[in-house]
Amino acid sequence: MQTVKIVVTGPFNAGKTAFIQTVSEIDVVATERKITSEAERVKDTTTVAMDFGRITVDEDLVLYLFGTPGQRRFDFMWEILSEGMLGFIVLVDSTRPETFREARSILETFRAYAPTPYVVAANKQDLEDAWDLEDMRIALRLDSRVKLLPCVATDKESVKKVLLELLFSIMEEIEGGQA
Amino acid sequence: MALKGNLRDFSITQLLNLVNLARKTGMLYIRGAEAKAEIYFREGKLAYAAMSHQPNDLASVLYREKKLSAGQYKAIKARKEPMNDKALGLLLVNAGYLSQEEILQCLQAAYVGVVKRLFAWAEGYFEFDGKAPPPAGRILVRVDLENLIIEGARQLREWEQLQNEIPDLDMALKFTDRPDTNLRKLSLSVEEWRVVSFINPKNTIRQIARATKMNDLEIRRIVYGLLQAGLVELVRPEHKPAPPRPIHTALEGKTKDEQRSLVNRLISRIRGL
Repeated sequence: MQTVKIVVTGPFNAGKTAFIQTVSEIDVVATERKITSEAERVKDTTTVAMDFGRITVDEDLVLYLFGTPGQRRFDFMWEILSEGMLGFIVLVDSTRPETFREARSILETFRAYAPTPYVVAANKQDLEDAWDLEDMRIALRLDSRVKLLPCVATDKESVKKVLLELLFSIMEEIEGGQA
Repeated sequence: MALKGNLRDFSITQLLNLVNLARKTGMLYIRGAEAKAEIYFREGKLAYAAMSHQPNDLASVLYREKKLSAGQYKAIKARKEPMNDKALGLLLVNAGYLSQEEILQCLQAAYVGVVKRLFAWAEGYFEFDGKAPPPAGRILVRVDLENLIIEGARQLREWEQLQNEIPDLDMALKFTDRPDTNLRKLSLSVEEWRVVSFINPKNTIRQIARATKMNDLEIRRIVYGLLQAGLVELVRPEHKPAPPRPIHTALEGKTKDEQRSLVNRLISRIRGL
């Protein structure tokens, strides 16, 4: 049995757990704890080690989705989770510009870990306060070649589209790379 | 879609950068603790700005700039039927009292002054309305934002913010490929020009700081300004070695056909979910 993994990362409360939950065939193995910091009390619990979802591809292949902890103090987990990844998704909350700088920093960190393809998903695009994708591209300082995709982490079709775009990028890299 | 937030999280310099790069047209409303500001942009250029406690109509601006006497100002303000800025400007030009250039210079200085005052605002709710019409009756100007962005970055004193923006001094810089960027139009300081002269994907920011004898805070502030003005971008230095412990990727050790087959199976499965 072969297993491959995609890492879903992003700032605190970007929607990583929801993203994985939406497509995972198992209940997400979440390692959540109650929030203790007042500053981060926009939700009751947060991921402290990782989230873990699974999609069985066929009898020989399983795709695991790993969600990283969003809080910076758990960033020692990031490198461990990056080991052997096929690619990664940076999830950003489109309604919280205060997290854009953190998203950029996480993106840079992951890019430094491994030269794997990645996409950026602008989550919560269904909310009224969501920033436009092109504004987010500038704020996140993303090159025009980087895929920035609209996303609603609770919507299966939206999550599928993000995963597919990442897989298309991986395929493009295979076709463009040396054998 | 909204473009709103708080200056605490997204500074006025960053907002100007966004308006500049996206060539936005519309009104930016900012509500600070003690005042409100309205700034109108046209195709990414500053066109108009006013602060709630300081009128920026033409008569008030010319009076503050001592182009109108107190008596003239009072007479204009006392008119039964108020005259809009365009009509007043035309009157002053036709009467040979002021030239069109003088009027535009005074307005530009007033509008730029409003934006510069905003650099001191650490907090303030902002909202950009791309559908807002230009302020009625006002004379609009066209001021490039790059100089203002660099000016804003010069005033940035927050070490922590600069460190977050440019965490790694071992990155290099390269000029962006924007065709409309003209360095000659910018009012750079001597220090900024010295940094610009060293920009090359081979030189790390740390090396540039050493060559220009700047400390970490000084070099970060200048690089931040150049980044925000869209003149440069961060790149990995050409000679930078790979990370000490390379992380293995899932496709390593597989032939191209095996890689293709694996990804195709994943694509089919995700499509079928």
